[in-house]
Amino acid sequence: MKYAYFPGCSLHSTAKEYDLSTKEVANALGIELIEIPDWVCCGATPAHITMHLLSLALPVKNLLLAKKMDSYEVVTCCAACFNRLKIANKFMETDLEHREKVNAILGEQYKGEVNVRHFLDVLVNVFGLKNLSEMVTKKLTGLKVACYYGCLLVRPPEATKLDDLEEPHLMDDLMKTIGIEPIQWPYKTECCGASFSLTKTDIVLKLSGEILQMAYDEGAEALVVACPLCQSNLDLRQGMINKKYNKNFHIPIFYFTQLVGLALGIEPKKLGFQKHIVNPMPLLKEKEAAIF
Amino acid sequence: MKWFISHDTIRSPFLKTLEKDCGEKVSRCYQCGKCSAGCPISFQMDYLPNQIIRMVQLGMEEQVLSSKTIWLCASCLTCTVRCPREIDIAEIMDYLRRRAYKKHMIPLDETEIPLFNKIFLRNIELFGRLYEMGLIAMFNLLSGEFFKDFSLAPKMFLKQKIGIFPQGIRNLKELRKIFRKSGKLGRARRDNLLHPKLIFLNLSRKFISKIERLK
Repeated sequence: MKYAYFPGCSLHSTAKEYDLSTKEVANALGIELIEIPDWVCCGATPAHITMHLLSLALPVKNLLLAKKMDSYEVVTCCAACFNRLKIANKFMETDLEHREKVNAILGEQYKGEVNVRHFLDVLVNVFGLKNLSEMVTKKLTGLKVACYYGCLLVRPPEATKLDDLEEPHLMDDLMKTIGIEPIQWPYKTECCGASFSLTKTDIVLKLSGEILQMAYDEGAEALVVACPLCQSNLDLRQGMINKKYNKNFHIPIFYFTQLVGLALGIEPKKLGFQKHIVNPMPLLKEKEAAIF
Repeated sequence: MKWFISHDTIRSPFLKTLEKDCGEKVSRCYQCGKCSAGCPISFQMDYLPNQIIRMVQLGMEEQVLSSKTIWLCASCLTCTVRCPREIDIAEIMDYLRRRAYKKHMIPLDETEIPLFNKIFLRNIELFGRLYEMGLIAMFNLLSGEFFKDFSLAPKMFLKQKIGIFPQGIRNLKELRKIFRKSGKLGRARRDNLLHPKLIFLNLSRKFISKIERLK
């Protein structure tokens, strides 16, 4: 399996451990990820709020770069990039007026022929859970996690076509395969306030605090996420949440790739656990999930 | 909330232009309130999402464009996927924000989000990929909250979660052309996004409140 890899800005800075663990897991499973040369930012939320055409042109630029690599499938890990790439692709496929305008801006022809996939989708639906379970060397039994999908991974359904809207289960299935117990909880697709992290920090603290509280009440020992923005809001700002709401949370926030990596027997150091703000090592040691 | 809605307001072309420009049938909304019930940010809004939709139906452009609500929408799409009338409410919020930009109708209380958008886009135009240090420094400087999130900085540096220098890419010239062209075609130049006057007003307001607190 060979894919063009679009990491996105976060995976090169605040979410380096996501990038590291994705590459390690892909390597162990024999999935080849080739980074798109000179990729540019997808524009994220600020672009589609302010300039509609720009919010389509930037993702399409990246898809064109992937096309030039002779790759018709792009893999990304960031839920926000995934969302923007998918939406741009849908516009280019179905909306003739927008297709014409975006093609005029880029000076190239594109009709939505590059397929965009999230790495979670690749693991579960392309590689397959059965194949994965055969490669698991260490079952991480006894660890109770809450799978948190966030808002952008499954929405809007007509563009992303990934999973159930209100009750997604891809990540839960993946966790079960590697022996981890996903809990049932109602906040799977709640919003953490992502784009307001800098501008409206109070909103982010309230929303993220509620997510942590719900996970804690339902008996989760850790959260598993698939989005760098969710991770940074829940992990980096957990101290601030504790201070503001007088709580004592110490809930590690993992990327799904990190836990899959552990199950495949990859060293914890290579998976970037040391980069977390809420130290996950005591919990992992307690569960004896990692070799030390 | 009590308004006198004049004949001119109801007959204004606002609803029709909106439906034409973003292709959403706002007139289909029957006010079930599902969008407001699921909205995670509704507790901060001055009008609930369903109220905004009703105001659009009634042609109340001025009130809608100067509301806080349109800026507080986090684009999480909960409303969009739950709407029984299949109206893309998040897209309407996007459209309203773009219209507010064009008409320079940004409320002074909500300058932070437009300011962030402007700095973010400028950042990408300059470097190609997001340069977080530059973004945070510039945002703190222009919003008047100089030491916001300062306590997080040492941790971020120690864990190498944030780069000191921007990452370079080769095709910057091409990227800037994309910015220029899409601004021209969409008649939304990034330069016009937020009037410097508003940034200055917001800054001076923050300074005055800080001085008053010191007293």
